[in-house]
Amino acid sequence: MTLRFWFLLPTRVWLALLLAAPLGVICAYSVLTRGAYGGVSLPWTAENYARFFDPLYAAILLRSLLMAAVATVLCLLLGFPLALFISRSRNRRGLYLFLVILPFWTSFLVRIYAWLFLLRDTGLVNTALLGLGVIREPISLLYNNGAVLLGLVYGYLPFMILPLYATLERLDPALLEAAADLGARPMPALMRVVVPLAGPGIRAGSILVFIPCVGAFLTPDLLGGGKTVMIGNLVENQFTTARDWPFGSAVSLALMVIVVLLVILFLRRGEEAL
Amino acid sequence: MKKALGLYAAALYTFLHLPLIILAVFSFNSSKFTVWEGFSIRWYAAVFHDPDLAEAAVNSVEIAIVSTILSTIVGTACAYGFWKRRDRLLSGALYLSLVTPEIVMGVSLLAFFQWTFRYLHWRLGLYTVILAHVAFSIAYVVVVVAARLRTLDSSLEEAAMDLGATEWGAFRLVTLPALWPGIAAAAMLALAVSFDDYVITSMVAGVDSQTLPMWIYATARRGANPSINAISALLVVFFGALVLLSERLRSSES
Repeated sequence: MTLRFWFLLPTRVWLALLLAAPLGVICAYSVLTRGAYGGVSLPWTAENYARFFDPLYAAILLRSLLMAAVATVLCLLLGFPLALFISRSRNRRGLYLFLVILPFWTSFLVRIYAWLFLLRDTGLVNTALLGLGVIREPISLLYNNGAVLLGLVYGYLPFMILPLYATLERLDPALLEAAADLGARPMPALMRVVVPLAGPGIRAGSILVFIPCVGAFLTPDLLGGGKTVMIGNLVENQFTTARDWPFGSAVSLALMVIVVLLVILFLRRGEEAL
Repeated sequence: MKKALGLYAAALYTFLHLPLIILAVFSFNSSKFTVWEGFSIRWYAAVFHDPDLAEAAVNSVEIAIVSTILSTIVGTACAYGFWKRRDRLLSGALYLSLVTPEIVMGVSLLAFFQWTFRYLHWRLGLYTVILAHVAFSIAYVVVVVAARLRTLDSSLEEAAMDLGATEWGAFRLVTLPALWPGIAAAAMLALAVSFDDYVITSMVAGVDSQTLPMWIYATARRGANPSINAISALLVVFFGALVLLSERLRSSES
């Protein structure tokens, strides 16, 4: 046996036992019947998948896709100028990048809690507005789609900025000068020269934001407070409170299919990190 | 144009950092409410005197250290194996572990453990959390170490072997020494993702194995509590130091 075989073996075993096997269990559970006291039992059934067409659950699926799409577009619109700014900076790039990476390393839960702290009824924003006399009673800023969207954008913005920066950095500044020399004003030059060339970064950033957003659990849970339910919350609920593991498994698999299809569609050969 | 971009950048950096700064500032507020009443470190004192919190912190540290050591060894070995020759199936599995939504990984591990425990009389505990953390950390380690390996010249190992070194000897004496900065950066990333994880952990943790993120989550759901601000500020400082260290290592690479 070669060294390579033994070096790859632990990863093979670990992923077979703790990734493939669990996903296999979920596949099996998704076509079983809910047990009397939680858990699963026979007979085999396709009932769990049929429930996706229930308007209640279809709405959750659609909402998740929509929220993730809107969050991705917002991240792109917000992140692009910043990535451009960093790539145009001459001697402070390291610092600017560090400031983008820092929140990404900071506990995700803490970052969500920061918004909870600011936006709740007794939070800083309401307290400040009350104190200034702008409002008479607290306005509810939390537990709506907007709050969840804010949390998603805040949470995953660095995932958009970093790949955008990576492609913009490689762009030759002479291209913009050439466009200017040929009479293009700054904005059109940006839209027609820089944006098309940033394609790979836009694609990578979008996929890196969309995937965690569509399967998000913590953000809609804490900032949506049960009012903005996304797929992740539905899955969690089925496995805990509702104790309907077969349906929860079917929903999990639907989420996996969405995610894997997107990766296959968006990730081109030669852009692999592994 | 340039000026506008600079102003915009300042605004976006404020958006990214201000919430955390405010959070940290209010951890020094003497009032329980979000009205500034004066400087105090009572919430830090409260943090250090809460037995539940202490237990959760100890659990988190234990889990993070053990799973970081395991995933760093396993992942580094895997990256080295890939460097010799790619393996489509295994890199596909690693990608899958990266893109699988946390909640799906959590419930599938829960279902898997419960199913296994029907035959083995084990229970959920700290070790199930560690097993799960290693499972999702390996891919991060592989990505970081593989990036470092790409900068190395593979002909050095060949030269070593031509001079009589075994495969293992070439790895240990030629490649491994050049790999340390990458391995250290990978370990720090693994430490950060392990220490921070709530979703998967909450699914596979036993009743006696609460972690720090689980404590924060449970406390945050119960309502305002300045102790969370204090512990958050401590975490931000800790992670900030970690990322500074990791950036140092990365810049020492090139």
